[in-house]
Amino acid sequence: MASAAASDPASRRPGIARTVLSADDITRIVSRMAHQILEKTSGGASVVLLGVPTRGVPLAHRLAQRVHAVEGVDLPVGSLDPTMYRDDLRLRGVRPLEVTEIPDGGVDGRVVILVDDVLYSGRTVRAALDALAAYGRPRTVQLAVLVDRGHRELPIRADYVGKNMPTSRRESVAVRLREIDGADGVLIVSPEAGLTGAAADPGELP
Amino acid sequence: MKGHLLSTEDLSRDDALVVLDTAERMARVAEASVRKLPTLRGRTVVNLFFEDSTRTRTSFEVAAKRLSADVINFSARGSSVSKGESLKDTAQTLEAMGADAVVCRHPASGAPHRLATWVRGSVVNAGDGTHEHPTQALLDAFTMRRRLGRVDGLAVTIVGDVLHSRVARSNVWLLTTLGASVTVVAPPTLLPLGVSSWPVEVSYDLDAVLPKSDVVMMLRVQRERMSAAFFPTEREYSRRYGLDVDRAATLPEHALVMHPGPMVRGMEIASAVADSARSTVVEQVANGVSVRMAVLYLLLGGSGEVS
Repeated sequence: MASAAASDPASRRPGIARTVLSADDITRIVSRMAHQILEKTSGGASVVLLGVPTRGVPLAHRLAQRVHAVEGVDLPVGSLDPTMYRDDLRLRGVRPLEVTEIPDGGVDGRVVILVDDVLYSGRTVRAALDALAAYGRPRTVQLAVLVDRGHRELPIRADYVGKNMPTSRRESVAVRLREIDGADGVLIVSPEAGLTGAAADPGELP
Repeated sequence: MKGHLLSTEDLSRDDALVVLDTAERMARVAEASVRKLPTLRGRTVVNLFFEDSTRTRTSFEVAAKRLSADVINFSARGSSVSKGESLKDTAQTLEAMGADAVVCRHPASGAPHRLATWVRGSVVNAGDGTHEHPTQALLDAFTMRRRLGRVDGLAVTIVGDVLHSRVARSNVWLLTTLGASVTVVAPPTLLPLGVSSWPVEVSYDLDAVLPKSDVVMMLRVQRERMSAAFFPTEREYSRRYGLDVDRAATLPEHALVMHPGPMVRGMEIASAVADSARSTVVEQVANGVSVRMAVLYLLLGGSGEVS
């Protein structure tokens, strides 16, 4: 298992971090996204939320909690690890595998909403779509992300976006959630002057 | 993990736990409706077997194929090896064919270690002489952890032909690394000379050890390696060291009975015990695939750099 620190770009790379979303911002955004999900899926009918580890999983649970608070329905929540379907496995050392937990009832004929923290190149989502196919054939697959930072490399877009955040490729976006990191917040980390080379591998957040 | 898996003696606790955790994830793949992953597409795994072993070879083959690797089975019989080719020449041939991993079983202890110095790919020891069989020990530890929730603190008893058993050796190192306490039980003639330097308790009395065991692992009496008179008769061995129904009844309620296979029913283990609910024999086979998938993924799944 990757420790939280190892997968947190803010602690991995030297640079200047600025907070762009506070804990309250995240709470409001998650609440809005839950409403949007209810609106677009007619009250959450046959919806299954699947979080992409690591931070997509607590986000999926938060969305389910908000949906429950608003509409009183309990959406099944699970996790889907796309690691073994990635196209960039050979570009770096072995990645640790995360948990895949498909809720009872499966995904066949359901409206599956993939939940991730940051949408960047789109490659994680592509891998997740392949991983999902191994577990069944959903009626529809949708995508919910807390932050869309642009720079797509594949024809993928999100159905629910918490915050559009224009960034430079040299910057990295660090989402922190209290379930994993102890506190909520979204930071943009810019490389320090003269250290631009260190950001040669911007890396999509896991 | 380093570039090869040659023994459990030099496997660190952290590396062993990474293998077990990864195997746990791999086991979940078996629950998906499509049990195939694209992870090792384009990689080649060579099964290089100088000894007959259908179950281990098949297990590695299934593991590699579930990860979409190409598998080449290279057995000594009917190959150039039977015409006198040396291990080194065979290794160079495999190298030229572009093998990313070589899974090697060899009757000589240490052969995979030599092989690892000759090929660029990863070498996995699938049993070398009477030395080690690391993936068997890993799958045994994995089975214990799945059934009993932990390995740390377990009392594990290994019974039988410890002298010739690479399974016993690999398990002794791995299980003690993971915090289990191991007792070996065998007739004195079937214990190796250096057993006093192993981190284990030695006993000659199975009945005394069984009530304190969380796991009892029965080893096959390897007839093919019985070059001398190690015990008077099979019947006497079976009576003193075989796990029959009465003996199994003295085990604690939760205790597991394990066997690496192939079993000789009626000799080291009674049929009724081998088929009982506490027996993990069939599970061990399924877990073997998960553990070997984990090992292949950890060796071949990345760029080759240690992360």
